[in-house]
Amino acid sequence: MRIARTESIVTHALLVLASVVAVFPLVSILASSLHGVGGSSGGLSFASYSTAWTQGRFGPALLSSALVSVTVVVVTVVLASLAGYALATMRVPGGRVILGLLLVGLVLPYEVTVLPLYELLTGWHLVDTYWALIMPQVALSVPLGVLWMRSFFASVPAELLEAARIDGTSRLQTLRLVVLPVAGPAITTLSTVLFLFTWNEFLLALILVPDNASVQTVPLALSFFSGAARSSDPAVTAAAAVLVALPVLLAYIFLQRRLISGLTEGAVK
Amino acid sequence: MSTAAPTTGRGSTAPGAPASGNGRAHRPHRRLPSRSSLSSYSWSSLLYVAPALAFFVVFVLYPIGVSVWYSFYAYDGLTQGTPAGWGNYTAVFTDSRLRAALLHSLVLLFFYAVLPVCTGLLLAGAMSRIRVYGLTVFRAVLFLPQILSSVVVAVAWRNLLAEDGPVNSVLRAVGLGRFTTSWLGDFGTALPSIGTIGAWVEYGLCMVLFLSGIVGIDRSTYEAARLDGAGPVREFFAITLPALRAQISIALILTITFALRNFDLIWNTTRGGPGTSTTVPSLYVYQDAFQNRLLGRASALAIVLTLVILVVVVAVQLALRERDVPRRRFTRQGTRGSQCRKAQS
Repeated sequence: MRIARTESIVTHALLVLASVVAVFPLVSILASSLHGVGGSSGGLSFASYSTAWTQGRFGPALLSSALVSVTVVVVTVVLASLAGYALATMRVPGGRVILGLLLVGLVLPYEVTVLPLYELLTGWHLVDTYWALIMPQVALSVPLGVLWMRSFFASVPAELLEAARIDGTSRLQTLRLVVLPVAGPAITTLSTVLFLFTWNEFLLALILVPDNASVQTVPLALSFFSGAARSSDPAVTAAAAVLVALPVLLAYIFLQRRLISGLTEGAVK
Repeated sequence: MSTAAPTTGRGSTAPGAPASGNGRAHRPHRRLPSRSSLSSYSWSSLLYVAPALAFFVVFVLYPIGVSVWYSFYAYDGLTQGTPAGWGNYTAVFTDSRLRAALLHSLVLLFFYAVLPVCTGLLLAGAMSRIRVYGLTVFRAVLFLPQILSSVVVAVAWRNLLAEDGPVNSVLRAVGLGRFTTSWLGDFGTALPSIGTIGAWVEYGLCMVLFLSGIVGIDRSTYEAARLDGAGPVREFFAITLPALRAQISIALILTITFALRNFDLIWNTTRGGPGTSTTVPSLYVYQDAFQNRLLGRASALAIVLTLVILVVVVAVQLALRERDVPRRRFTRQGTRGSQCRKAQS
């Protein structure tokens, strides 16, 4: 019994240590952001935040990020629900090939797509617009979205679909009235994951909206800002990083339970 | 949403039904479909799949095709390209810069994948033996690095590892002042420092994955093992490790793809420097394509990177496949941001 107790204490200590390591970098930038500009004032100071906010133009960047992320999530969820529903409940010609392609799409490094993507969108005169951020990211979200929704729809009891069919409900109506109402949790988790990915996306933004500050998303704005400010005040850079992390952190606090359980179960499925 | 329904009675035939093979008017018979005949494909179902597939084809598959095509040309994006045969591919393996970058990737593979998975397994093994209090809180905190933008991570760690940053302060405080250095700016320490950042991003993900697996293990298995006199080590190898096979497979796939891609973190910490001490393939994909105008070679490198990732993923899948359940799918939260995807990033 004594041994078990010691073991429990040691393991919990290790867990606490691992957790402290996980939050430490974030706490440390929070601390240095509050040191005040120039590190002069001894007490807490929010001056670095107002400096970062005005110099880094994070207001417009946050709006851009929100617009792009919400659009990508909504469009992807709609497309993925339709496709996932068909792949789970209908005999789709070439369905196996489609599923195979989507599985490969899950692990694809999209570095391989960026150069032709840039040329394609240049040809369409869409570089440096919101479209250049939204459309490719919908496409990159499609594999996860479709496979996710397909595995959810496949878990819907066949009797439910059968009953709807006998009642004379069309397939699209079945999706809308019977299946989607019970898909809430699956869609919430998927939306959260896609939102995180889109919000944090960096390379695509760097390549596809390089010269138009008004559509640049927060990660890109932060990257330019911290690159330019490398030699300047670390408190301001830290404040900028906190500003960028904050919306995601807030969302995470509310959605973490669903997100993590959804991810760990979904991943293994 | 539910109120607007009854009027639109025709449902799936509604959206315009263009020429996508919907010619057979078998809708009236649809009510009792014959499940037996394999040829009874539902062609109209393609209408549901088409929008998603269109995005995927235009913005993912088509660009990949173009990349493959470019990779066989010497092309600067402005003048006419000239066929180069396999020249770009041999360059990937013979150019000393690129070879060095591949080598750096291998080093990072240890930090990004091996280290987090082993740490995660050790802790998971310890946790399997006790009742863990505050599990959900630990889980949420450990997962935190995964949700942050890599740019935020880069800024935070640049701050930590700076010449006058907290890490060096701690070293000085405990009397190890002679080890202080500019961690990301020193030729000898830059690559391991980046590796440490990657390990930090990934270890929580691994632990959370393994924890979820451990919760699923039947407690009585452990009790039986203990009655048979199995020690902690035996217990770990006989019960915990095999039960976590699926989770280990996912963890390896996620961490390895993250390690091999890995553009954001390096771009926002060292940009490959100092010198070329932290260059990786994805950095050259970007620089060759958008700065050095070596489009053919950038494409070849990107294709090689893709193939390596696909091979590794398949290898991990095969190696850790469950023998008794041969068909095991993995559905991933998207290596599309792969951050991991993202963590995915």
